Amino acid sequence: MMSSVALPVAFALVAAAFALSFWRLLVGPSAPDRILALDTLYINAIALLVLLGIHLSSALYFEAALLIALMGFIGTVAFCKYLLRGDIIE
Amino acid sequence: MLDALLSFLILTGAIFTFIGSLGLVRLRDFYTRLHGPTKATTLGVGSLLIASSLFFSTRGEGVSLHEVLVTLFLFITAPVSAHLLSKAALHLKLHSLAPLPQGERSESSGPNRSTVSQNSERDAQ
Repeated sequence: MMSSVALPVAFALVAAAFALSFWRLLVGPSAPDRILALDTLYINAIALLVLLGIHLSSALYFEAALLIALMGFIGTVAFCKYLLRGDIIE
Repeated sequence: MLDALLSFLILTGAIFTFIGSLGLVRLRDFYTRLHGPTKATTLGVGSLLIASSLFFSTRGEGVSLHEVLVTLFLFITAPVSAHLLSKAALHLKLHSLAPLPQGERSESSGPNRSTVSQNSERDAQ
């Protein structure tokens, strides 16, 4: 039941979430909206990697998920700092 | 039994991830949009990671604790990035749906004018 029903439905839902966040990234309208959409794309990528790890029953994908979480946080903080101060490293 | 529990957790996580992105598209100003993806972070990815932890722990290779790292990191960083995003939006004076308090004048009405005023502030400095 899990691998036949739940996993395909979950893959479809997360892919739809990807498409919706990507639409917000393209449309905007302001810079914080685009940063928020990029942050949501990172979260969706983590969800998709976790699902792929369950689907292939491989524990290899957690390192990638952890790296995406780390880099996504640093990217969001750098973008916000740029908007707030006009500079990243002062 | 375990299969049903795993299916429930995976479906809950995927549905909440989808609802978070749907809120990002459907809500009408930035401050309400900020509310949507936090559900995707905590409940969505959280239950997906619990499902993954259960799945790998019951395969006979010992307890799987990689997921706890990802969960811990996400739960620490999500409030920080949301706080910084809202500070950036307030700094840019983005248009909000909420009415202003009495006696205060709206200084700008949209993102285009606010970027212009921000640039003029930066030039003045």
